[in-house]
Amino acid sequence: MQMPAPDASILARKDQIVARLREVLPDDAVISELSETRAYECDALTAYRCPPLCAVLPSSTEEASAVLKICHEEGVPVVPRGSGTSLAGGALPTADSVILGVAKMNRVLETDYANRIIRVQTGRTNLSVSGAVAEEDFFYAPDPSSQLACAIAGNIAMNSGGAHCLKYGVTTNNLMGVTMVLMDGTVIELGGAHLDAPGLDLLGVICGSEGQLGVVTEATLRILRKPEGARPVLMGFAANEVAGECVSDIIKAGVLPVAIEFMDRPCIEACEAFAHAGYPMCEALLIVEVEGSEAEIAEQLEKIIEIAKRHNPVELREARDEDEAGRIWLGRKSAFGAMGQINDYMCLDGTIPVSSLPYVLRRIGEMSQEFGLKVANVFHAGDGNMHPLILFNANEEGQLELCERFGAEILKLCVEVGGCLTGEHGVGIEKRDLMHSQYARADLEAQMAVKDVFDPQWLLNPAKVFPLDASESRRTLAIAAE
Amino acid sequence: MRPETEKELAEAILGANGALAIRGGGTRAIGTAEGEPLETGGLSGITLYEPGALTLVAGAGTPLAEVEAALDAENQRLAFEVPDMRGLLGTQGDSTLGGIVAANASGPRRIAAGACRDFLLGVRFVDGAGTVVSNGGRVMKNVTGYDLVKLMAGSHGTLGVLTEVSFKVLPKPEAAATLVLHGLPEVEAVAAMATALGAPYDVTGAAHDPAAQRTCLRIEGFARSVAYRLAQLKALFPGREITEETDPGAVAALWAGVRDVVPLQGRAGDVWRISCKPSDAPGLAETLEAEAVLYDWGGGLVWALLPEGTEVRSRLGGVAGHATRVRGTGSAPAFHPDPAPVAALAEGLRRRFDPRGVLNPGLMA
Repeated sequence: MQMPAPDASILARKDQIVARLREVLPDDAVISELSETRAYECDALTAYRCPPLCAVLPSSTEEASAVLKICHEEGVPVVPRGSGTSLAGGALPTADSVILGVAKMNRVLETDYANRIIRVQTGRTNLSVSGAVAEEDFFYAPDPSSQLACAIAGNIAMNSGGAHCLKYGVTTNNLMGVTMVLMDGTVIELGGAHLDAPGLDLLGVICGSEGQLGVVTEATLRILRKPEGARPVLMGFAANEVAGECVSDIIKAGVLPVAIEFMDRPCIEACEAFAHAGYPMCEALLIVEVEGSEAEIAEQLEKIIEIAKRHNPVELREARDEDEAGRIWLGRKSAFGAMGQINDYMCLDGTIPVSSLPYVLRRIGEMSQEFGLKVANVFHAGDGNMHPLILFNANEEGQLELCERFGAEILKLCVEVGGCLTGEHGVGIEKRDLMHSQYARADLEAQMAVKDVFDPQWLLNPAKVFPLDASESRRTLAIAAE
Repeated sequence: MRPETEKELAEAILGANGALAIRGGGTRAIGTAEGEPLETGGLSGITLYEPGALTLVAGAGTPLAEVEAALDAENQRLAFEVPDMRGLLGTQGDSTLGGIVAANASGPRRIAAGACRDFLLGVRFVDGAGTVVSNGGRVMKNVTGYDLVKLMAGSHGTLGVLTEVSFKVLPKPEAAATLVLHGLPEVEAVAAMATALGAPYDVTGAAHDPAAQRTCLRIEGFARSVAYRLAQLKALFPGREITEETDPGAVAALWAGVRDVVPLQGRAGDVWRISCKPSDAPGLAETLEAEAVLYDWGGGLVWALLPEGTEVRSRLGGVAGHATRVRGTGSAPAFHPDPAPVAALAEGLRRRFDPRGVLNPGLMA
């Protein structure tokens, strides 16, 4: 993975830059010793590491603004960081960059049940937002797998999804407002407790902009009343195609499950060996979860099971109680852990039209043979969001590169069938150089024009999202302007 | 001008010597766009519809009626409930998909299901320099690059002219019902709507008509579930005068009336659309001294009829939100002005997407 060479003039001015940052932040909020900056050298894409120039941990919007103003004046790149759980390298530093971490900003600022909103500082973790409103039986809907650790700041930057977004939508559908600091230190407010934008929908553009347009320090989020109950049903099928058709039929029938999860045979086998959830050994397995009162759950499951039966399932298992529900989810929830036990793995998240599911799974199987690397598939089937896990051995020379090439081919396949490179993890550095396969030059230019407006010097998270060759003229122009 | 293809549209924009007034069906325009009319009606037709994937792709000039007919045949719909503004605005013509997107037009179900922007999966458009741009796609989850899909939704033709849009569609529910609470004053009505929306019964519409003193709550889904939830909802309001509406035609008509702002139709004056925090709505309506008001979105959307030329924004007081004049003229701009630093960003985006200032110039600024 190529990253731009660090700016030597910035490296040479490190002491001066750190001294200026210490003027506006408490001592413990500026981290500049190499022994400590190493903690920020990577995110969850651990294959790539680089300690930053320094890291700062502001406690307020005002402090974040003061930091950005200094970095803007000094021409120093800034990499915003939530909890560092990005699988795409969204928070990977460069040696000449300042990491701006929001971890200290984790307070709840306001909860308002009558208007169904919560306002938080963005360092707060996803799960603890739901935790803050649980006593009134409310919750925050987007639920990425990393929800215990991941911060709302990162959720907004990546427009995070989760298993339950089939019903509740992703971050952008649940984000109502932000307080954001622009690269020059200007603080702006977008949205709030009211709906929709007065003019252009800038909030919609901020969400998913991977920390390249500003640093979001506070957020107003929509909260929802918890459903009365939820229950999954597990079904096994003799072929991926059949499971795919079943998904399509459920959706068409008007049942709106909160989640439809799909696992293929390699994944079922690995999960079963790891978690002993009692899964049937078959080609494809679906977990479908519905919500509501007991009677409503029964009604929906009845319809779903009726549809499933038309596809000759090899297994149909309805959870009768909490314990059985837990066991049905156990294997699925431990899928990533199970893979980690077997080998190193790379997780992709390309999205495809649901109708292409059987074809794409078949092609991935063929490519797995060609590359000589095993793949397990587990994904959010209702919305076509794939999660192929490619297994490799990081200690074996050349395997990482081989795995990356294989991954790139899978993502190109997703684009070919009418899908996209990433459904919920973001582009970061991981998919940066594949953007040409999804977008024409003019499409990328239009996106980069947005960055030009928000961050004319391209200092915020500069070497991410856009292929380096596409953004080069902008990044070098910015350096020349210093 | 009425181009028939995306290429012709790009050439028309590139060849424009002055302002262009972008026009879809002409049913829901806000403010006045000056310039040579550029119509999108030629870019019409459904290009892809996969009911099993809940996806529809069509030319921006495709009439809404054509799309609804296709969806009807598969028992599906556009879940954001497109308002028909012809009655309120006194316009003619056929609403188009592009116009709906350009206005981010969303009805009562916005409070639960989301707005037009939340169902929009992808766009193709021609910017002010004549360049064709594609963003998003036809899949449900997509975080590949910046979300220009959201940027285009509600941009009223000022950043680019849409040529193709793709939507997530949803199945029609088996049944729908409405619980009507009678005789509630406005503060209590908004509180009742908050109670309903904060209950676990998936209320998909919450509106209050103060003139009729009717507070309406909608439930949709499978028949048995609707009956259950309607009873549960009713139990939340003991001692209130309540009626239930379960006839499908009557339920549909009731919500079409809210969606299309029927109580304010056919009356002289300016019509304003105010988005605010629901609990702020009753106080806001009082200070406005409007001639008529309709509350939608649990109070988060206030439709107000006021004497011509009334300056509404100075009357908002400290209430956060925004006010758009959807009908009428006056010295105030139709669109709510953004605060200075946000306005600078919006202006910057317009300059980048429309460097010559030919697309509906000045409409939103």
